[in-house]
Amino acid sequence: MALLSKKDTNLILDPLADNNPITIQVLGICSALAITAELKASLVMAIAVIFVLGVGNVVISAMRNIIPSKIRIIVQLIVVATLVIVVDQVLKAFAYPLSKTLSVFVGLIITNCIIMGRFEAFALGNGLWRSFLDGIGNALGYGVILIIVGFFRELFGSGTLFGIPVLGDPIEKTGLYATGYENNGFMIIPPAALIVVGVIIWVQRSKNPALVEEN
Amino acid sequence: MHELRMKYKGKKMAPAFNAFHTFLFTPNDTTHGGTHVKAADDLKRTMNTVIMALIPVLLFSMFNAGYQHYAAINGFPSNFSVMEHFITWENFWVGITEVLPLVVVSYGVGLIVEFIFAVIKGHEVEEGYLVTGMLVPLIVPVDTPLWMLAVAVVFGVVIGKEVFGGTGMNILNPALTIRAFLFFAYPTWMSGDKVWVHEAVDRAGGPDAISGETILGYLAQNKGGEMSYSVSDMFFGFIPGSVGETSAFLILLGGIFLIYSKIASWRIMVSAVIGSLVMGLIFNQVVEMGWITETSKFYGLMSFEFWKHLIVGGLAFGIVYMATDPVTGSQTNRGKWFYGFFIGFISVMIRVFNPAYPEGVFLAILLMNVFAPTIDHYVLRGNVKKRLKRLKDATIFPKDSDSKEAELKAETV
Repeated sequence: MALLSKKDTNLILDPLADNNPITIQVLGICSALAITAELKASLVMAIAVIFVLGVGNVVISAMRNIIPSKIRIIVQLIVVATLVIVVDQVLKAFAYPLSKTLSVFVGLIITNCIIMGRFEAFALGNGLWRSFLDGIGNALGYGVILIIVGFFRELFGSGTLFGIPVLGDPIEKTGLYATGYENNGFMIIPPAALIVVGVIIWVQRSKNPALVEEN
Repeated sequence: MHELRMKYKGKKMAPAFNAFHTFLFTPNDTTHGGTHVKAADDLKRTMNTVIMALIPVLLFSMFNAGYQHYAAINGFPSNFSVMEHFITWENFWVGITEVLPLVVVSYGVGLIVEFIFAVIKGHEVEEGYLVTGMLVPLIVPVDTPLWMLAVAVVFGVVIGKEVFGGTGMNILNPALTIRAFLFFAYPTWMSGDKVWVHEAVDRAGGPDAISGETILGYLAQNKGGEMSYSVSDMFFGFIPGSVGETSAFLILLGGIFLIYSKIASWRIMVSAVIGSLVMGLIFNQVVEMGWITETSKFYGLMSFEFWKHLIVGGLAFGIVYMATDPVTGSQTNRGKWFYGFFIGFISVMIRVFNPAYPEGVFLAILLMNVFAPTIDHYVLRGNVKKRLKRLKDATIFPKDSDSKEAELKAETV
């Protein structure tokens, strides 16, 4: 027996491509713009969201029959807030410099529309296992875009990947810098992330015209 | 050629072939589609007219590149004569080796991008890049590395123009998008006191270091007294600055030519001049009232006589060649007045208040590009309102004004 049925597999794979939370649903843009200047920060952010959304979806799904629908938003907020505080504390304990880089954006995972969106749209109406897969899938879809954007922004903006210089030393003028290459300051500032995300959206939609919205 | 063209019609490379064909010969059809006014002229003729207006500026800039280079090394000639010190082979040679590559790279890279998009999308190669490609080398510092220019051109043409649907659809002026990209991506090459004169960057820190500070740069540091440029230097353009922006005189001639040939809107030019004068006067007045002291960091630029703003920096060039872009500017006549006025007004404002870089023309024009459709919208609404009022006062037979009004509203919203 396969571990995942075909329907379940789709729960994970769909958000990675044709139903991506960032490029198709255009959710969670703010954090994608703010913290993607470095690949490491993008990766940690992606992991944090995978944890919060995966666990959060399971918790909400488990409580779905006992949450009074009038106060469900408050209940959801409490669940996310608890999980986000856990992530924040773990980061502060084990990766303090990184939690400095991410600063308020870890806390702001609470306001990440992807999370509330999945709670509302999926976890409230589906069982534990499926909710878990859906949470992981959507968070992965979010993380993939974050990492792609972070890769290009750090490579062209700082000439490094995960903080390791890959294009040579800009001050000593070694590697690529010896030929007169310079880092692109534009990639460091948040508007560049908007343009990179825009290009990803453009490429994705021209590969698959079915995704293009009608006016 | 026409027969060849018919033969290749519908083939994959047809757009590329047609591009050369219509560039060299008068085609047998006129502009169609897009947002352009459909006139008896092919769009390419319009573009070529603008390029003709730019040629004197380009030639002047080649001589000026050399003149500034040698003047910075040997000192300014004491009894300056144009023929003896300016129009020399020595100066022209620096222009050829420094300015011409910028032009070649700008056109080469830009046209390659245009051709690729034309072949992929299967439409004709669009003429928009003819003017952009000439503007770009004229608005960058002379020592801009060529690969930077190439990267910026790819960015500007793809993000500034092609994603919106190509020529006639773009929101932002592509040449200014390229300039803005360069400014934010490589600020050390685009501002400061070293980039405006050829070789100043290479010599920095050495015993034979030369300075190439622009007039605005001097003023921004409150060092206006150290400048040795006279008003006629500023007007005729014997000053450091971006490649083609220095000569207000030749730009003025180009502007008159463009107005005379009805290619560019005189409304935008006039209102932009008025806008910058008004803002300059306000700043002069602030200084006169004694509201800021001489130690204020804004003093240098604020006390700069208001009309001189027009003859230094890129303001004149921006007003004549960039603000008047028919695609990205306002379309309505009244809108053009507002659009131009705010370009001049905001340019001078950014000049004075921008701490990092005392030049704001390209930012002001990009900003107004974004607002141009909004301005047009309100001008149109205003006109509709005026006409509706007239309709209300008028007697209409058969008396059925209510439904007529509703109809008109539905049409115009």
